[in-house]
Amino acid sequence: MSVSSPIFAASKKDILPHHNRFQNVMNQPKLLLRKSFTLFLVFVCLFIANNSFAQDGKALFQTNCASCHAINKKLTGPALAGLEERGPWSDRKKLYAWIKNPSAFAKSDAYAAALMKEYGVAMTPFNLSDAEVDAIVKFVNTPVPGGDGKKTEGTGDQPAEDNSLLFGILALVLAVVALILLQINSNLKKLTDEKDGVVRGEPVAFWKNKAYIATGIILLFLTGGYLVAQSMIGLGRQTNYQPEQPIFYSHKVHAGINQVNCLYCHGSAMEGKHANIPSVNVCMNCHMAINEYKGEKLFHPDGSEVNGTAEIQKLYKYAGWDPTANKYTAEGKPIEWVKIHSLPDHVYFNHSQHTKAGGVQCQTCHGEIQKMDEVYQFSNLSMGWCINCHRETSVKFKDNGFYSMYEKFHNDIKNGKMDSVTVEKIGGTECQKCHY
Amino acid sequence: MSKKKYWQSFGQLNATEAYTEDAANEFKEELPFEMDDNGGKTPRRDFLKYLGFSTAAATLAASCDIPVKKAIPFLNKPADIVPGVASYYATTFVLDGDVIPVVAKVRDGRPIKIEGNELGFTKGGTSQRVQASVLSLYDTARVRFPMEKTGEGFKEAPTYEAVDKKIAAALTAAAGKQIVFLTSTINSPTVLTVLDEFKTKYPTAKHITYDAVSYSGIIQANEVSYGKKGIPSYHFDTADVIVSFGADFLGTWLNPVDFAKQYASKRKINEKNPTMSRHFQFESMYSLTGASADERYTHKPSELGAALLALYAKVGGAVTAPAIGDKRLAAGIDAAAKELLAAGGNAVVVSGSNDVNAQIIVNAINDKIAANGKTINYGTMLNYRKGVDAEFEQLVADMNAGAVGAVFIHGANPVYTYRDGKKFADALKKVALSVSFNEREDETTAECKFILPDHHYLESWGDAEAKTGYLSFIQPTIHPLFKTRAFATSLLKWSGSTVADYETYFKAYWISKLGGQIAFDKALQDGVIEPVAPVVAGAAFNAAAVAEASAKLSAAKKGGKHELVIYQKVSIGDGKMANNPWLQEMPDPLTRASWDNYVIVSPETAKEFGYAKQAELDEYEVNPPKRVLKLTAAGKTVELPLIIVPGTNNNTIAVATGYGRSEKIGRAAKGAGQNIYPFVGFNGQTYEYTVADVTVEKTDKMYDVVQMQTHGTYDNRVEVVKETSLAVFKKDPKYFINERLAEIGPYGGVEGLEEKGTLYPVFDKPGIKWGMSLDLNLCNGCGACVVACSAENNVSVVGKTQVGKYHDMHWLRIDRYFSGDMENPDVVFQPMMCQHCDNAPCENVCPVAATNHSSEGLNQMTYNRCIGTRYCANNCPYKVRRFNWHDWNGADSFKDNQNPLVEYGRLNEVTLDMNDDLTRMVLNPDVTVRSRGVIEKCSFCVQRLQEAKLTAKKDSRPMVDSDIKTACQQACPTNAIVFGNANDKESAISKVRTQEGYNRNYYVLEQIHVLPNVNYLAKVRNTDRVVGNHEEGHEAHGEEKHEEKKEAATEPAAH
Repeated sequence: MSVSSPIFAASKKDILPHHNRFQNVMNQPKLLLRKSFTLFLVFVCLFIANNSFAQDGKALFQTNCASCHAINKKLTGPALAGLEERGPWSDRKKLYAWIKNPSAFAKSDAYAAALMKEYGVAMTPFNLSDAEVDAIVKFVNTPVPGGDGKKTEGTGDQPAEDNSLLFGILALVLAVVALILLQINSNLKKLTDEKDGVVRGEPVAFWKNKAYIATGIILLFLTGGYLVAQSMIGLGRQTNYQPEQPIFYSHKVHAGINQVNCLYCHGSAMEGKHANIPSVNVCMNCHMAINEYKGEKLFHPDGSEVNGTAEIQKLYKYAGWDPTANKYTAEGKPIEWVKIHSLPDHVYFNHSQHTKAGGVQCQTCHGEIQKMDEVYQFSNLSMGWCINCHRETSVKFKDNGFYSMYEKFHNDIKNGKMDSVTVEKIGGTECQKCHY
Repeated sequence: MSKKKYWQSFGQLNATEAYTEDAANEFKEELPFEMDDNGGKTPRRDFLKYLGFSTAAATLAASCDIPVKKAIPFLNKPADIVPGVASYYATTFVLDGDVIPVVAKVRDGRPIKIEGNELGFTKGGTSQRVQASVLSLYDTARVRFPMEKTGEGFKEAPTYEAVDKKIAAALTAAAGKQIVFLTSTINSPTVLTVLDEFKTKYPTAKHITYDAVSYSGIIQANEVSYGKKGIPSYHFDTADVIVSFGADFLGTWLNPVDFAKQYASKRKINEKNPTMSRHFQFESMYSLTGASADERYTHKPSELGAALLALYAKVGGAVTAPAIGDKRLAAGIDAAAKELLAAGGNAVVVSGSNDVNAQIIVNAINDKIAANGKTINYGTMLNYRKGVDAEFEQLVADMNAGAVGAVFIHGANPVYTYRDGKKFADALKKVALSVSFNEREDETTAECKFILPDHHYLESWGDAEAKTGYLSFIQPTIHPLFKTRAFATSLLKWSGSTVADYETYFKAYWISKLGGQIAFDKALQDGVIEPVAPVVAGAAFNAAAVAEASAKLSAAKKGGKHELVIYQKVSIGDGKMANNPWLQEMPDPLTRASWDNYVIVSPETAKEFGYAKQAELDEYEVNPPKRVLKLTAAGKTVELPLIIVPGTNNNTIAVATGYGRSEKIGRAAKGAGQNIYPFVGFNGQTYEYTVADVTVEKTDKMYDVVQMQTHGTYDNRVEVVKETSLAVFKKDPKYFINERLAEIGPYGGVEGLEEKGTLYPVFDKPGIKWGMSLDLNLCNGCGACVVACSAENNVSVVGKTQVGKYHDMHWLRIDRYFSGDMENPDVVFQPMMCQHCDNAPCENVCPVAATNHSSEGLNQMTYNRCIGTRYCANNCPYKVRRFNWHDWNGADSFKDNQNPLVEYGRLNEVTLDMNDDLTRMVLNPDVTVRSRGVIEKCSFCVQRLQEAKLTAKKDSRPMVDSDIKTACQQACPTNAIVFGNANDKESAISKVRTQEGYNRNYYVLEQIHVLPNVNYLAKVRNTDRVVGNHEEGHEAHGEEKHEEKKEAATEPAAH
């Protein structure tokens, strides 16, 4: 598992040589201990703040924004990159107000009103805290290597590294400054002591200085612990997993360009637990007629071009179809697709619960599938991710007759005590909703 | 209350030291460091070595690579199959003659659960065997292809065609000799016509029905008395008085599911106007039916004739009955006679005896009380058993004489079930062609020359006529797993029929009979075709034979000191499904023992064999080893351990059939118990399942019998079951509720108890609050729910060794309570499962919150969070939490990690069997398979609750009762279990609690304020005796007596 924070790798390497310069001046253990502790705290705070923001921004973006916004492309809503340079958004307060209640804000702001007109829909209100909005803005302003939507195979969550690097360098500089100051202070003290005639012992070598050793060990322990914990959390998660499939099947071509409805192939997403990969006969419904690919060029993730017609031929081979004779001539065999989205055995997940009862769009969890060639895993499918959505999403409380039994909530809505009922309110975060 | 009235064990009755210690420990043993030679003391260095090694090994084995998984869709998806969504097919459970219309739940092509068909005459009821039958489909011991005997063993035959040729040749060679079809009862109209067609082709062919446990006595008696060679149907639902002489009609007699349903309709209490049927049971051993009886009397097996004659005389029969020595028995017969006569025809007398003369007297009694044509119906005959014993005896003689050229055996297994199996095996050797159609290489099949395995019923087409006019249909729910072929297909092939196979024959037969494809499809879809109104008719009674019968009965030989009763266990029955691990593990309702058969003796008799002193009884109860007895009769001996059951006649011992099987039957049945069939007698007419004189000797040997009764005991807490008599209840319908109110009244009463009875905050249950109600009056203890629960929830089978270590995993157990005296105790059954307490003691002791409460009132268990401290199990007042001591299901990462444990004898081979890839197909994919080291317990079938809610949500409508049934509720043949949303005022559960069952409603251990979501309705017995918690002479209790009760009821809380 390659879950690592590059900043730590970088800082560890960089810090050590600097220490050598000050090796013979450390002779005030108490003061040093205190200072190094302060220093250490600064480090820790920086790391935590830096990483959690980067993490949160991405997660928040994916859960809340990604179904309508991309960073660099227009979707249902505008591209979010560089949003602070447009309209009133340089003023964060206005941005907060907009996100919390778009329609109210649009009444008082011409730019926002124009946006709504341009895209034809009002943005959904989001109950995000100011800090969360900040995190999202920071995330969308961070350039993603390789561009948006074109991911290569990866097996873990990787924090946005450039940002961390920046903070790392900053922390390092601060650390160096602090150390230099400490040394100067120590030297000055030594000088005054000599002046006063106080005799001091020879300074202890840097590598024998207990305070330094202790600080080093603590730092190592914390860094190691952090890394281990991170990689443990990442175990079994495979965001961005994009395996090579037996046939280069492009969702972009089918669901995007040709506008084939998701449910044409994945109809059981509305009926049961599994969305199901369509059987070969479903493919052949169309491909008996469509036997060559004439659309825009398709590319493998490594950049080589895909021969669309050859891929259709592969399908014929599986189906046992002879395109020249226009009939089934051989015995077919099912296609062994590589499974991308996997949940652990102890999780019960039902597609129809979300699509039919909940009215959740496919893209909310699977990302912009209509823009992906070969599919990759968009969400991390972690429990935190599930729970977060259950906390934030409202059920169709008024529309669905099932909820008529929740009299208390209906009264609360009537009395204005609450405006919507989240999944959590009806028990959607309890263990036995998914684990049994 | 000086003495507890209800007791689960002798220790509890007498509050012995051993019992107290036993009850105090939730887990009966120290942590099992058994593999160690140092007596469990692992040196620190070794510990570190193990730790290091296992960490490294686990890291290597688990490896951080995520395996690449494949998702393989259909090539051509059938339109009506949606992967992940279950389909339900109506079909029929057929086992030998037993017929129960069922619905099979099929998930992704695999049948995984059997439910009763509510359109059928059993109205959705099932039995343990019906529930377990789905596991038999995936039995690893099934014969997988046609086989032919070569030398000593069997070899796979290349094709069915090759076998057909050989058999055709053999049939030609057998010309002139008898060709015999030896089958268990067949009640399929089409198979019977196919047989007839075969008989026209081969005129020497004949069909002999042989039932493992014979009902020949009834059949022949009816022929004598009514000229009808068969079994009439009985109407327990119209009988106000029921008298049974050893007929276990709720457990094993004919069709217990049907009878239990009828019986329950007369036992359900309408609180406004309580009436019940009155049930007398005369028997020698304690049967399941006896436990439900209002009045139960024991007699020696040899006294049956005398008792019947006495009753016949009392109801006006012209006989001189032999005197009955036992005063209690005589009084019982008097009382029964009086009530039978007063019932005006709404009464029935049945007997489990296989003696023609006894059954003739039963017929005579029924005629005298005018039951004939009312509760006994000759208009609708039962087709469950058709065997006539003398015919089979004749066959054995013919075979030995070399008069039989070919034997085709289907369903029957005489080498095992016949009284002289060896004699039959030898006779079989003299037959040139012997073919078995049985599904496994059982004792008889092993002696045959060919095995042409038939399909399992879930793979078959077919039909059955359970009673005259009551048709049920069988359709396949899965493609045959193995190279099996329908029995009737073979017959069609051999008789040179133009029809290719049975499927075609079956369809053509019914399409023409029902008048078209549409009617046929409808019949398959419904699974049953039944008469709109049942035909009820009597038959003319011919009393001519009564005198002779009574003379013969009077002259019956006197029994010896010990008389033997050969009975069928509720779970295993005649042994046909003996290799079913669910059935083997299901504890017997009365003895609470699993995996074995044994000699049932009374406490008095046990004294003779080393169980006289309290210390010996303690040893008996707490530890599995039991004294082995040696039984000898007519030159046959068997050695079996004893089990003490109070209420057994002191001169009677009883042994169950179905055990002591050959190893080829399968790994579950292997090594369990001894075969008792050799003790069956033959009186020249019918087989006798009682032996009048058996020599019983005590041996030095001990043998482990594993019982589950003492596994869950409440620490000195009584009042767990509540019971009273109908008379008391009629006089004071408020008896139970007043008692409850006296206790909880000061703390808010029934309504306000949750809020006012506690210091803790009360949590909202805004939408749903699940609740279950169990009616102790309807529960007869059969255990269908226990097996249904195992099937639905992937509950592990642990095997005998582990049951012996108190490691059984059943989420639902049926506790058996005795009350009254040792000679004639009453029995009450109480199903006990997680009570889903709103104030659950288990929840607050879990250090990792793996068990917590849902807003719907469920006590949730999260396996992946559980770290196995078992604090919860220790703190559960109901003892319903189960710990996974081993990796029963192979859920851990390592393959085959159970093998060494089986080798060391720590696990039984059945564990391997349950983990075979074939057997695992029975697992419910919606329920997690638990791994080692976690706690599990009843979840109220949460997967079903979730599904019910989802269905309602998808339809955008409120949820209703019919959306949701728990597995136990659905399986129950008597509808003793009601389940639903207690927040919904219209739901059945709300109505039971607040209206229909308000007066009898109680919660177990309500005084400890754990607020269970499971309530019980107190049992009412239709008797004049004092039953329940009343003190002697307490019937006419007034207000002051109530005061006494209050004190008594609060007493346990002080513990």
